[in-house]
Amino acid sequence: MKPTSHAFADNAHRALDDATLQQALAKAGVGFVAKRRAAVAELPEFDALRQAGRAIKDHTLAHLDHYLLRFEETLQAAGGQLHWAETPDAACAAVLEICRDAGASIVAKGKSMVGEEIALNDALEGAGFEVVETDLGEYIIQIAHEPPSHIIAPAVHKTRAQIAALFEAHHRQPGLARPLESVPQIVDEAREVLREKFLSADVGITGANFLIAETGSTVIVTNEGNGDLSATLPRVHIVLASIEKVVPNLEDASVLLRLLARSATGQEITSYTSFFTGPRRSEDPDGPEEFHVVLLDNGRSRLLGGAFHDMLRCIRCGACLNHCPVYGAVGGHAYGWVYPGPMGAVLTPLMVGLEEGAPLPNASTLCGRCEEVCPMAIPLPKLLREHRRQEFDRGLVAGRSRWALAAWAFLARRPALYRLASRAGARLLHKLSRGRGRFAKLPLAQAWTAARDLPAPQGDTFMAQWRRSKRG
Amino acid sequence: MADPRAAILGRLSAALGHAADAPAVAPRIDAHARGPQPMWTESVRGRFLAKLEKVAGTWADVAAPERIAEAVADYLAVQGLPPRLCAAPHPLLAGLAWPQGWEVESRRAAGDDRVSLVVAFCGIAETGSLMLLSAPESPTSLNFLPDDFLCVLPENRIVPRLEDAWALLRDERGGMPRAVNLVTGPSRTADVEQTIQLGAHGPRRLHVLLMKPPAQQALRARAGD
Repeated sequence: MKPTSHAFADNAHRALDDATLQQALAKAGVGFVAKRRAAVAELPEFDALRQAGRAIKDHTLAHLDHYLLRFEETLQAAGGQLHWAETPDAACAAVLEICRDAGASIVAKGKSMVGEEIALNDALEGAGFEVVETDLGEYIIQIAHEPPSHIIAPAVHKTRAQIAALFEAHHRQPGLARPLESVPQIVDEAREVLREKFLSADVGITGANFLIAETGSTVIVTNEGNGDLSATLPRVHIVLASIEKVVPNLEDASVLLRLLARSATGQEITSYTSFFTGPRRSEDPDGPEEFHVVLLDNGRSRLLGGAFHDMLRCIRCGACLNHCPVYGAVGGHAYGWVYPGPMGAVLTPLMVGLEEGAPLPNASTLCGRCEEVCPMAIPLPKLLREHRRQEFDRGLVAGRSRWALAAWAFLARRPALYRLASRAGARLLHKLSRGRGRFAKLPLAQAWTAARDLPAPQGDTFMAQWRRSKRG
Repeated sequence: MADPRAAILGRLSAALGHAADAPAVAPRIDAHARGPQPMWTESVRGRFLAKLEKVAGTWADVAAPERIAEAVADYLAVQGLPPRLCAAPHPLLAGLAWPQGWEVESRRAAGDDRVSLVVAFCGIAETGSLMLLSAPESPTSLNFLPDDFLCVLPENRIVPRLEDAWALLRDERGGMPRAVNLVTGPSRTADVEQTIQLGAHGPRRLHVLLMKPPAQQALRARAGD
């Protein structure tokens, strides 16, 4: 999709004014946070697992070439085929070629963020294939023609009434008069419609939460079972993965699985955690005849060893989204591309360019909750600040902010002058407040004071009061 | 266009500043070192059943392999289902005496099968999960297509943690089958307003038949301890 991250401010204003969206967001945020907290509290070993998980990722990244080569070797030994892709276009081309070679017409897809990143549905539909998203959330946004607004709950921005209306419009057939109001009715409707697609699909496409170098396996974690049906029933199974997903062995994957489900949905483990290793064996009664893994780089190899290296540890659990006050207020679409929230504010500028993504690292209070809940201990605020620094260096910061930052930096490096200026400012504001103790409105800061009052300074600075008390 | 494999690997080794075949790293994979292990005080069986119930799974005790058909009949009667099911072509299920008039087919699942009956490779107490391996005697489609998923689990095949299941798999099978499915409760979704709804695409209900192993097998298991 064409990113609209540059228009974050406008997007955010629209989101804040959208009453239905606000209703959906209010419902979602609280649930995710409480479920994660309960799951973490129930596992005394969580912190130890977090440290172990981080160490596994750090080790794997430090030997990424080694583990990718080992994965290639074991995958091929199991009869699978590996397709290296440097760019989204190359990854789409690899998938299209496999689908054409298979003589496919219907493609059933499980949820894949790499699929979103490379805009695979557009490519497949453009080439004449029928693509059906089979994860309920993904299916909802597919028929609504929208991108996901959350990396694990793609339709979290939709209310039940909106979903029911979409299904009414999309599934309407002569003689069809099923009631569509309650959650079970909506889920059953999707089950029935998508069941036919699973059974007739020629190619199944899923993502991968992990790749295992030891065995050549790909791992998916789902609750609905759609990923497994996509991987089991069609003749061909294609896995979309990116290079940082590899881990050394099954024990390493076990550590990360314990962290992933708890951080994402507050589950100890999802309903289905599946490991796929090659195509069906000669005696197997079911399973795909071909097994392909498309391995995407899309700039990740350039992050290795650089300022954003830590971001490669991300396991896409979504905890940083769920705990972000900005994401909670505006939802995922405002971020304007595939990855929203704190992890998206770090990744988007790296993947679509700092010019396009410039507003995202600034749309953060740097409160630090994201880093606190990240199971991989990624220093997200530090990475957001690094983007801001680079924006400043590259002249991407607007005139007024640039001028204000430069003025502040000038003062901050001259303590005597800084104290003098803050003292003058405090006195001036005290005088202007005329004893009311607060400002309901301030020139140049009306957006800030629109929602709250600024407390007026008491007339003197902290430094001055400190000196006085020490003398006294 | 340049070879993407060479280009990606080239960038990686340039960034890492070493060759890919670092001999010091190679033994790490096969060491199978375990991370921090979750601890608990209950028995393995107690923990497995508590976790299974927590994820809306149900279960019944089965006194012996030849009582499986009876346990299935009980389940179907409670659910009000007709005596029709698709059973995995597993040796444990092959010799069962099904009641007169029952339709029991031994094959992979079709889209309209209501009930499936399979045998798990093992159970995992930590999470109440079943581990199922794709094989001639265990078609993967049976795990996902039917509405009611019935799974036989010999009681002596419950291991404490996921890593114990990997050890058992390596020991007994030597390598990975095409599919290893960890199944923990019935299929579910929370994609409509974060409301949990069971039976999204996979089974709506999951029922474990916790089977006392045949005497001989129990003996062997003890001897192997």
